[in-house]
Amino acid sequence: MRRWLKRAQRLRVTLWTLIVPPTTWAVHFLFSYLWAAVSCAKLGEWARFPTAFAIGTVAALAVIVVSGIIALQQSRTPGDVAPHDEGTDVDRLRFLAYSTLLLAGLSFIGVVFTALPVLVLSDCR
Amino acid sequence: MSLYAQDDTALRAAQEERLRAVWKPPSGWFFRWTDVNNNRVGVWYTLTAFGFMLFAGVLALIMRTQLAVPENNLVSANTFNQLFTLHGSMMMFLFAVPMFEAVSIILLPQLLGARDLPFPRLSAFGYWSFLLGGVFVGGSIFFNAAPDGGWFMYPPLTTRTDLSGIGADIWMLGLSFIEVSSVAAAVELIVGVLKCRPPGMRLNLMPLYAWYILVVAVMILFAFPPLIAGDLLFEMERLLGWPFFDAAKGGDPLLWQHLFWIFGHPEVYIVFLPSIALFAMMIPTFAQRHLLGYPWIVLAAVGTAFLSFGLWVHHMFATGLPKISLAFFSAASEAVAIPTGVQIFAFIATLWAGKVKWSTPLLYASGSLAVFVIGGLTGVMVAIAPFDWQAHDTYFVVAHLHYVLIGGTLLPLFGGLYYYWPLITGKKLSDRLGRTAFWIMFVGINLTFFPMHLSGLEGMPRRVFTYPAELNIGWLNLASTAGSYLFASGVLVLVIDLALSPSRKKAPRNPWNAGTLEWLAHPDDEDWGIRSVPLIESRYPIWDQKNFVAKVDEGRFFLPDAEEGRRETIITSVLDAKPVSVIRLGTPSVKPMITAVALGSVFILTTYHLYLAAALFGVVTLGCVLWWLWDTAEIPEKPEKPIGHGMTMPLYLSGPAAPGWWAMFITMMADATAFSGLVFGYYFYWTIHPDFGAGFDGPGSAGPLLALACSLGSWAATVAAREMHRRGGVTAARGLLIAGAGAAAASIAAGLGSLDGLDPKANVYPAIVWVLVIWTVAHAAVGIVMQLYTLARSIAGKMDPAHDADLRNITVYQHFFALTAIVAYLTVGLFPEAGL
Repeated sequence: MRRWLKRAQRLRVTLWTLIVPPTTWAVHFLFSYLWAAVSCAKLGEWARFPTAFAIGTVAALAVIVVSGIIALQQSRTPGDVAPHDEGTDVDRLRFLAYSTLLLAGLSFIGVVFTALPVLVLSDCR
Repeated sequence: MSLYAQDDTALRAAQEERLRAVWKPPSGWFFRWTDVNNNRVGVWYTLTAFGFMLFAGVLALIMRTQLAVPENNLVSANTFNQLFTLHGSMMMFLFAVPMFEAVSIILLPQLLGARDLPFPRLSAFGYWSFLLGGVFVGGSIFFNAAPDGGWFMYPPLTTRTDLSGIGADIWMLGLSFIEVSSVAAAVELIVGVLKCRPPGMRLNLMPLYAWYILVVAVMILFAFPPLIAGDLLFEMERLLGWPFFDAAKGGDPLLWQHLFWIFGHPEVYIVFLPSIALFAMMIPTFAQRHLLGYPWIVLAAVGTAFLSFGLWVHHMFATGLPKISLAFFSAASEAVAIPTGVQIFAFIATLWAGKVKWSTPLLYASGSLAVFVIGGLTGVMVAIAPFDWQAHDTYFVVAHLHYVLIGGTLLPLFGGLYYYWPLITGKKLSDRLGRTAFWIMFVGINLTFFPMHLSGLEGMPRRVFTYPAELNIGWLNLASTAGSYLFASGVLVLVIDLALSPSRKKAPRNPWNAGTLEWLAHPDDEDWGIRSVPLIESRYPIWDQKNFVAKVDEGRFFLPDAEEGRRETIITSVLDAKPVSVIRLGTPSVKPMITAVALGSVFILTTYHLYLAAALFGVVTLGCVLWWLWDTAEIPEKPEKPIGHGMTMPLYLSGPAAPGWWAMFITMMADATAFSGLVFGYYFYWTIHPDFGAGFDGPGSAGPLLALACSLGSWAATVAAREMHRRGGVTAARGLLIAGAGAAAASIAAGLGSLDGLDPKANVYPAIVWVLVIWTVAHAAVGIVMQLYTLARSIAGKMDPAHDADLRNITVYQHFFALTAIVAYLTVGLFPEAGL
């Protein structure tokens, strides 16, 4: 496990990796919306416990959690002094990683929020 | 150049002389308007947007006067419809969004220590488009021809030509034209933030304003194109009778609502985030400390941008969508409160931790937060579907949106005006007048809009030109009207303050003792932007870096000279701002203005159904664009030049390192988004209408698949041309470009051929097939122009294997074209065959 985490620390970080968690939220959201729209219009109903929806939600949460864990590791990259706002390689890495971690948190909440109505509502009216 | 060469004052004077000559603005009563320098274009842009704001404000005052007492007859119902439609449309499209672009065009190069933005002529083009489109739309009210269907123009009221006049066309075409200029500005700002930062300004040192601008510009790319797609469908229905929103022929008015609000909700954040960005610059200055929680602010900006695209249906809660869908959007609407709250807390924490200097701009900032938070709280209320059903289309919503927009956009901009006025004019505004104006406005705003919550809950619908006395809301409306006059008089005090500014004396440099780069500006500023492009080591270099200002002024950093007599700026890498090249910038020219006039003529002539003349101007526009482009991507007289400190930078870039490549990529992202709006339309009809396409012939599979094969041939030939050319095979590359153009021409023939026998007026199915095919065919045609243009560049000696930017850029276009062709032709050709 520790070896994996060490390896995660060395992954490349860019502006694209920053938006992985919110993009996952967006894909999950779009998927939920389209699926509800299509099944309500075409089938006229929405399953009580839609399995595919549950799988999709778990998959989205998994992607977000993994990217969050990687970001957490990277945001703790040693070197340089606090408060880590200098123009060094390590501080730039820590900044992007920490921002990704925060976005992972927000995206996690976002996905959970989107999933909640399915637990409560079950029909298409 | 040695490190100490800049000690020589004679050398410095000579450098300054050269820079001054290069950046000299054009003069003459006409040619002064051909300037492209960001300082000047940005100021024109800002003043024009401010003027439109005042105009739209006057419209609101007339409405408030009409509503002061029950059953008033100051204006007719028809005029009232035009007033509220134009008020909303102008405030959104001609003030809020352009103002953000205008302010950014002024500020961004200063914040980034760049001489100018990467495409100054594009900024000028955007400005002239905006001015033309704005005058066209705004002026229509003087001819009793203004749009009157509300700022979101719901069909079928607005698509039926017997129910709405030419105003709807003016809205659609005039504002489509302005949307073009917004997308142009977004391209400019994204490339500016990503590629034109000073050396050393890594992503984590970037001023937060630049972060917000990056995020907002990206949002524009994904938000505006769906509306452009909607506008296209809308005008097809109005002008040609293709029934996209006509339920009698299989269309659906709800599609417009989807496309409009996919734009419309992110739009709220597009106008809100740049204003909040001004806070992110002001608050550290007045707290005299670094902003707390820099990554948290980035989280807030990026998080808000994403979530804001999951909110559009909360404007459509009352349209009868499945409740499960409503709940998804309700959930996202609640979630967006998190990032919005985070940034407000970061600002409060910074003020708390710092030594606060209680200045006029800060007064505006804190006052606007109070107003905004009230609007935010009512926003959380209307995000809950059952509450929204009660408050929908009442004055409660009017109150909510004005609190949000005034607190989130207008007041912060006024704060920014007080803060940045010395940067632009060298003079401070009056603190006394500023505070007076603030308090008058603050009381006025609350007196105007707070009673609207109550009148809304009492049952007053929005957009009525009068109301009966029995409703017992006369006193609430009278209060609103009184408040609106108070608010307007506050704005008047502010305008008086601005008008008095020319007679005041100059302020000292950096009057607020700020720490960020833009305050390097000198009260008697030169047009060159920055004397030398600094090396950045801190988020607040003026505070933290030793002798920073003197070093910049003495030209001790990069690019202190203009030896070749060219306007230049440094291009750096995206993540770490390592210098990669020096680019030559566009100089003053009439081309942007003429191109804007030509393109504007296309839109305006189409409004009046003068199709032949419009087509003629379309050809003129194309000619102007090619004429403009012909000077770009020039092969430099030498491969590289020194920029100081022993560094030498290339003068030519192509491929993903080049600003032009990014501009093409970003433009095509917007284009692909617009296309996906049309594709959404196709599948929307298929989802909602069980009889979609029933009884009408489709295009079959053979035609679309043939068109697809030819399109992919065009793409493959272009990619092969790029590779051959790179390896030195110039002749082969030219041959491949011709072959690519031929294949694209064949794809046009096959695409149009597949439409044979389909009558787009008969039903929405043939109509949407027509639109998808025509969109793709038009892209093939543009692709041909690009291929032939590149061929001409090669033959004219403006492109060779070491300088192949044109060919690389058109290859990016071809990638997107291939994607468009795949989606469009598979949708129209194969999807019906699937039998779903």
